[in-house]
Amino acid sequence: MSSVRQEGKDKIIFVTKEDHETPSSAELVEEDPNDPYEERGLILPNGEINWNCPCLGGMASGPCGTEFKDAFSCFHYSKEEVKGSDCLEQFRAMQECMQRYPELYPQEDEKSSSKTSQDSTEESGANSTSASEQDSNTSQPDTESTAES
Amino acid sequence: MLKCRTVWKKLAPLARSSSTLCRQNVKRTGLNNGRIPTCVPAANMSTGPGGLGGDNLKYTIMVGAACVGSLTYAYFLLKGDQKRYQERIEEITTRSQRSSKEEAATVQSEPPAVEATQTEAVPESVPEAAPSPEEPSPPAAPAEEPAAPAEAAAPSETTAPPPADEPVVEAPPEEAATPVAAPVVEEAADSTPASLKVPSHSPYLLIGGGTASFAAARSIRARDPGARVLIVTDEPDLPYMRPPLSKELWFSDDPSVTETLRFKQWNGKERSIYFQPPSFYINSEELASAENGGVAVLTGKKVVHMDVRGNKVKLDDDTEISYDKCLIATGGVPRNLQVIERAGEEVMKKTTLFRKIEDFKSLDNVSRNAKSITIIGGGFLGSELACALGRRSTESGLEVIQMFPEKGNMGKVLPEYLSNWTTEKVKREGVKVIAEALVKSVTCKDDKLEIHLKDGRLVKTDHIVAAVGLEPNVDLAKSAGLEVDSDFGGYRVNAELQARSNIWVAGDAACFYDIRLGRRRVEHHDHAVVSGRLAGENMTGASKPYWHQSMFWSDLGPDVGYEAIGIVDSSLPTVGVFAKATAKDTPKAATEKSGTGIRSESETEDTATSPVASVTPLPPVAHKDDYGKGVIFYLRDKVVVGIILWNVFNRMPIARKIIKDGEEHADLNEVAKLFNIHED
Repeated sequence: MSSVRQEGKDKIIFVTKEDHETPSSAELVEEDPNDPYEERGLILPNGEINWNCPCLGGMASGPCGTEFKDAFSCFHYSKEEVKGSDCLEQFRAMQECMQRYPELYPQEDEKSSSKTSQDSTEESGANSTSASEQDSNTSQPDTESTAES
Repeated sequence: MLKCRTVWKKLAPLARSSSTLCRQNVKRTGLNNGRIPTCVPAANMSTGPGGLGGDNLKYTIMVGAACVGSLTYAYFLLKGDQKRYQERIEEITTRSQRSSKEEAATVQSEPPAVEATQTEAVPESVPEAAPSPEEPSPPAAPAEEPAAPAEAAAPSETTAPPPADEPVVEAPPEEAATPVAAPVVEEAADSTPASLKVPSHSPYLLIGGGTASFAAARSIRARDPGARVLIVTDEPDLPYMRPPLSKELWFSDDPSVTETLRFKQWNGKERSIYFQPPSFYINSEELASAENGGVAVLTGKKVVHMDVRGNKVKLDDDTEISYDKCLIATGGVPRNLQVIERAGEEVMKKTTLFRKIEDFKSLDNVSRNAKSITIIGGGFLGSELACALGRRSTESGLEVIQMFPEKGNMGKVLPEYLSNWTTEKVKREGVKVIAEALVKSVTCKDDKLEIHLKDGRLVKTDHIVAAVGLEPNVDLAKSAGLEVDSDFGGYRVNAELQARSNIWVAGDAACFYDIRLGRRRVEHHDHAVVSGRLAGENMTGASKPYWHQSMFWSDLGPDVGYEAIGIVDSSLPTVGVFAKATAKDTPKAATEKSGTGIRSESETEDTATSPVASVTPLPPVAHKDDYGKGVIFYLRDKVVVGIILWNVFNRMPIARKIIKDGEEHADLNEVAKLFNIHED
């Protein structure tokens, strides 16, 4: 049983676990998936890539941003059986660029950057909104490594 | 970049002196141009006329041989210099613009007999050269022409430094300009001082180098491929994040943390407070020419004047930068107490206004040497610093005092019961809290500070940290003709953060219209990120209003950590829903309050993960005072406008949704169920 107390204008309620076990009767407004104001995840409703997604960190905006965008776009739109197999040239260019900035793109991320591309596209449908929320939530929203998303 | 400048600066006087020396020698010896082979007869002119007797013949031969010898020497010297030239050119051409080389060529074709001093040559060619970072090169070209031939002339002038030696004619014209431009420009530097460093135009100009500015830069670069972004900041540092300066950096085990500025994140990974290392940015000189654009940061420069009609700003060194789109993200300056400002130099020297990296370093230093520090202010910054220093006090014996006019810590944010509870927690961190304290005056006596409170109490301390608020920086409002908000302070902007058609404002300095919550100004880190990102999006054509609600958080010791969103003002009516504390939540608190006399066990169980099963459920009276975890709703006209998640984490999306809906909920306990506060 919950206990309720009033201290001036402030109400204080203590609840046990059992009190909160019954489903909530609070009603939430239905989300509009095409709301233009909303923050988007990695993939926009029209299928395009959201380069401004916090989940990408600084990848699309850094010195190798152009190479990254080329490689990832190619991968995203790739219709090959092994997705991205027709994008080796772009990925190679991206890696070359990244090797010139080891401070920004630590070498162990060579694998994870391509891994992230695959992970992101897989997750995008499910986690698009939560990814962006999460990144706005984290204490340090701006991270150097793309491994965190 | 800076190193080059100092090197060039050093070479400049050398070049100047050697060139004047050369010119003087030229005038003295009467030689005109060593480069013209026809000079040989000129040299011989000084010998006697015909009538070649035996002696005269020998004499003529000797003089002739000497001249030929010296000219051969000069020729080889110049060849060697040319080689060095080529090497340097190769290095520079990777940086230089192609068009500037053409400009240099056209300017070079000017008659070399420009006897005028270098400074005169510069204004002449400035109108010809297009505004670009390569501006110094063309003006320098004619300037160095009088210098170089003069230097090349007399072979004895081998002492001239290599850069100044470079010949003009033999080397291909356009390549001559840039290398010599360096030392020579410094001489001409007085008329165009910063043209070497400061670009005269940037498509995207961001004033201020903090969190909002960086977020905008990232946003612009993501959306506008190849964008050229220039950040101008009066701080000496590249963009960095502030929250760790009052939290994580103080808890670091690394003794060199004041140098490295690295901290451990919530996920265990370490990182620097700088958003990106220096290699992320490009040099401001390269901004216009970089193929894919980039972000350049001009540190140590303050924007003092803004011309909105002319779309340009003026810096404190009198250079101007024109822009297409501009963001004002000037943040703010810590407020000070009037009593301290009036108290004089001695007191001011022992006072810290905390905001920047240098303040962190200085306070860290003070905390190691002082015996007592007093923090004036009971808000986020004051309380966080008090807890950070309080933790240090346990090791070092430092006395940490915190005083504020409210009844408890975070008195303007948390409802009274929670503020009182939090104050007790802060005290546990080793802080001497003096609530309801109004400072009447501060004096310095015997190298110690004496703080006199209005109620008569006297506090003696070594150092004061004033954390009494932030004054938004609206210095540019007057010259720019921008509106300043009288209620909240800061530049007044619309829901899309726009002040004028091509000027946006973000971060602490922006008083914006929030569609859901009304006009406000927010001074939190996440807001700076969200608003900076939004401003960047709108600068690249998005036209989106402020919609994604930013959040904030604070940690005060091991027992108090909360995340919050929206308007969290303690003057609003609140509804707090707390989980009835079980032993699992706060084992220590439970055993202590029950008075069951197993305190010694409770101490050891500090680290134990298993619940203290032997403790019987406590009567509601004791529980009431234990606000272990829960959710607090702030209401305005029955609508939830703010939410605090008290020691519950990862539920921010739900809170954000509730605020966005803006609905009236009859029973907030039902809404609280959505948060599942009993789970971890």
